[in-house]
Amino acid sequence: MTKNFLLLAGTAVLVAGCAAPLPVGERPKIAASDLDQLVAVSKRDFKARGIAGMDRLELDAAMRACNLHNDNPPREVSQPLEEQILKSIPFPQGSLLGDWKRGQRLAQSGQGMTWSDKPNIANGGSCYNCHQLSPQEESFGTLGTSLRNFGKIRGTSEAIQRYTYGKIYNSKAYNLCSQMPRMGHSKTLNEQQIKDLTAYLLDPNSPVNK
Amino acid sequence: MLKTLMGGAALALAAALPLHAQVDIRKETQRWQQMIAEGSPAELFEIEGEALWKKKQGPKNVSLEGCDLGQGPGVVKAAYAQLPKYFADADRVMDLETRLLHCMTTLQSRSPQDATQRLYGNADRPSEMELLSVYIAGQSRGVPMAPGTRHVKEREAFELGQKLFFHRAGAWDFSCSSCHGEADKRIRMQYLPVMSQPEGVRKIVATWPSYLVRNAQVKTMQWRIWDCYRQMRWPEPVFGSEATVAITQYLTVTGQGEPYAGPGTKR
Ligand code: HEC
Ligand code: HEC
Repeated sequence: MTKNFLLLAGTAVLVAGCAAPLPVGERPKIAASDLDQLVAVSKRDFKARGIAGMDRLELDAAMRACNLHNDNPPREVSQPLEEQILKSIPFPQGSLLGDWKRGQRLAQSGQGMTWSDKPNIANGGSCYNCHQLSPQEESFGTLGTSLRNFGKIRGTSEAIQRYTYGKIYNSKAYNLCSQMPRMGHSKTLNEQQIKDLTAYLLDPNSPVNK
Repeated sequence: MLKTLMGGAALALAAALPLHAQVDIRKETQRWQQMIAEGSPAELFEIEGEALWKKKQGPKNVSLEGCDLGQGPGVVKAAYAQLPKYFADADRVMDLETRLLHCMTTLQSRSPQDATQRLYGNADRPSEMELLSVYIAGQSRGVPMAPGTRHVKEREAFELGQKLFFHRAGAWDFSCSSCHGEADKRIRMQYLPVMSQPEGVRKIVATWPSYLVRNAQVKTMQWRIWDCYRQMRWPEPVFGSEATVAITQYLTVTGQGEPYAGPGTKR
């Protein structure tokens, strides 16, 4: 009887008066089953358009872990994934420093990867959307940390070059749930473009370090 | 005063360029000046929207005046402030745009293709959906936002919307919370409102649909969510889909209680 009643209330037309308050202002806890629901809902309610295909809704191991743990997974979850991602970055042979002037243009441009962008346009890196870099550019976002004087502070050692290239290629290698897009991994930027940006951040002549 | 406003708008526009489609700032500025001189653009659109509400259309040649927006057939007063809500005839939660689409395809017997062929207008001409939305929303001015929260499906929509708000995916791993999750963050020079908290979202849900100066267009909440998903590098959300309505339900419930103050003019 109670069971029937509950079932009825469940399908039910009105949860009269006594409904518990909705969890306004909270961040929901996500279980594996919620994640499956969210992927299924997004695949049902979104459609491929232009260059933005449905494959973009698939979650890899990193994004699964971040979504499951509210972007704050325990170390035993994040560490092996970060190591695995770091190994998967195709670091080019030789110098990782390209042309900082080309890098500057890439850092400025926020173009690319949306469904309204034509295929084969030159993508930008959107860096200024989130980071402060050169003192001349006053219109910069603050979602990321300031990269002002990045090379002056960190130096240009091989290790720093590798870190900078790797961070731009796949930010999740160093911070699994980083809010920074994986610019190389997502095929937004290619090897040469990431080298140019690495130079923009590290080259002593780049305005970033002046 | 108008001049400073204009200067501000143009600056803001320039800052917004990396994220928004390129527009001719001078042309848009002139258009804006002209519209301000003629009166509030949103109000002009309300008049046009009312005419469309009353216009006989579709195979049955009937107007939308019999459409039930939740307060009974034909009742437009205070209807928008009580959306989204559950509609038994469709057995789902609907926001204003989804409900209008429903009435176009049922009451007016228009085909889904016909009703959805031009959902978003442009700077030269708003869409039927946009004009209808500003008219209906305008009839809720001063009414506190009170979306449905008691029906199971209304509660489920809130919960789904809340989960979607934090769900990271797409080519750049963005969720809504990536940009609207922390206070005092900006993209370029645009400050991003925190929409997971009542203080951040109350004024926002109480001002859509809105006339957007930078686009020189009147836009609805369905459009706002659609354009943010575009910037998120996701595929395209289906207009009126459960996911989009769930997000609106989540935002509106989080911001409920604020007296409706739109349709307004936004940057
Ligand atoms: C949507 C926001 C966003 C965009 C776009 C973005 N970043 Fe980041 N970036 C971040 C955030 C947040 C951090 C800090 C958290 C972390 O380390 O992952 C960060 C960290 C970094 C770091 C490490 C800083 C340090 O102190 O070690 C570098 C280097 C960097 N970004 C470079 C870039 C470059 C170059 C671009 C453009 C190709 C870019 N970012 C685009 C958000 C962004
Ligand atoms: C990549 C950054 C980014 C992401 C991710 C993002 N937005 Fe936005 N959103 C913006 C920007 C930029 C604006 C414009 C702010 C302004 O007008 O000053 C905005 C504005 C809005 C507004 C209007 C705010 C107002 O003042 O009226 C709403 C509503 C909104 N976003 C909802 C969402 C939702 C829902 C999602 C997730 C589906 C989302 N956004 C994801 C960048 C983003």
